[in-house]
Amino acid sequence: MSLDMTTLLAIIAMAVVTYFTRIAGLFVADRLVLTGRAKAAFDAIPPAVLVAVIAPTALTTGWAEAIAAAITAVAAFRLPLLGTVAVGVIAVVVLRNLI
Amino acid sequence: MERANPFAIDYRREVRAGLRDIAPIVVAAVPISLLFGAVAAAKGLTPLEVTVMSALVFAGGAQFAAIETWIHPAPILTLAFATLLINARHVLMGASLSPKVRMSRIQKFLSFFFLTDEAWALSERRALERPVTGAYWTAMGVVLWANWTLFSGLGAILGSFLGDPERIGADFAFTALFIGLVAGFGRSRVTLVTVAVSAAVAALVHHFIGAPWHVASGALAGIAAAYFAAPKEARP
Repeated sequence: MSLDMTTLLAIIAMAVVTYFTRIAGLFVADRLVLTGRAKAAFDAIPPAVLVAVIAPTALTTGWAEAIAAAITAVAAFRLPLLGTVAVGVIAVVVLRNLI
Repeated sequence: MERANPFAIDYRREVRAGLRDIAPIVVAAVPISLLFGAVAAAKGLTPLEVTVMSALVFAGGAQFAAIETWIHPAPILTLAFATLLINARHVLMGASLSPKVRMSRIQKFLSFFFLTDEAWALSERRALERPVTGAYWTAMGVVLWANWTLFSGLGAILGSFLGDPERIGADFAFTALFIGLVAGFGRSRVTLVTVAVSAAVAALVHHFIGAPWHVASGALAGIAAAYFAAPKEARP
């Protein structure tokens, strides 16, 4: 078990930057009072962020991933979270073997 | 602005609710954590380095991206900048959740170390019905953190024994998990427009410009789309 000094410094840099992003929202939140369209935009943050993170994997990797993502989306409205993940993983394995 | 509540918060009930909500995510995160550790070990990181990184950074997306481009010696500034771009979404997430959690300022500063996409999405959903307590939030955070740290370290030790992660679909678990979380925000017209625009812009930016720019651009495009899709008359 060893710990390279440069690697450790890189990890600490990543950790500091990440913690900063986590608490930065606390400074702006108290000054926000939103209504109407601005509130709709603010409420859209959760789905917008989550979708942006996975869109490349789901849409542009290949047909197997794209179809599996569509099947997962259908399952997501009918099953609990763990069932949704299971359907997605099984779908992608089957489709990768077929396509 | 916080008024004294005649009904004290039932901490044990809140902790139980947090554990119940996070449980399926913890299970789904095990293969993802093992996968991360194995990939990191293949890039030359020791199990100790992997464990320390997961414990201190605790951000799956940023860690996967960092490992993807890892070289020795580690390019500190490049890694820090990529981490900033990928995790910039935390600023929006924290700002959105902060008014909905019942915690003092110092408690928020400490417990927001545990801000993750998953715990945050669950808390936003819970906030639609009731306030989010520190007990609920921290119970989820600690369990998810311990799970991620432990299993990514284990993944680094097991490494090549795990075999090809693509063969068992483990690489897709993360994507499927996020799709499930997005579905939790409903099917209103505004939400559907948001999802479609965010997905399209993120995919296009990733294809033509590359990671990690797709996260910020896709998210901002989706948020802008929600602004214009929402009814105008609701404006004061």
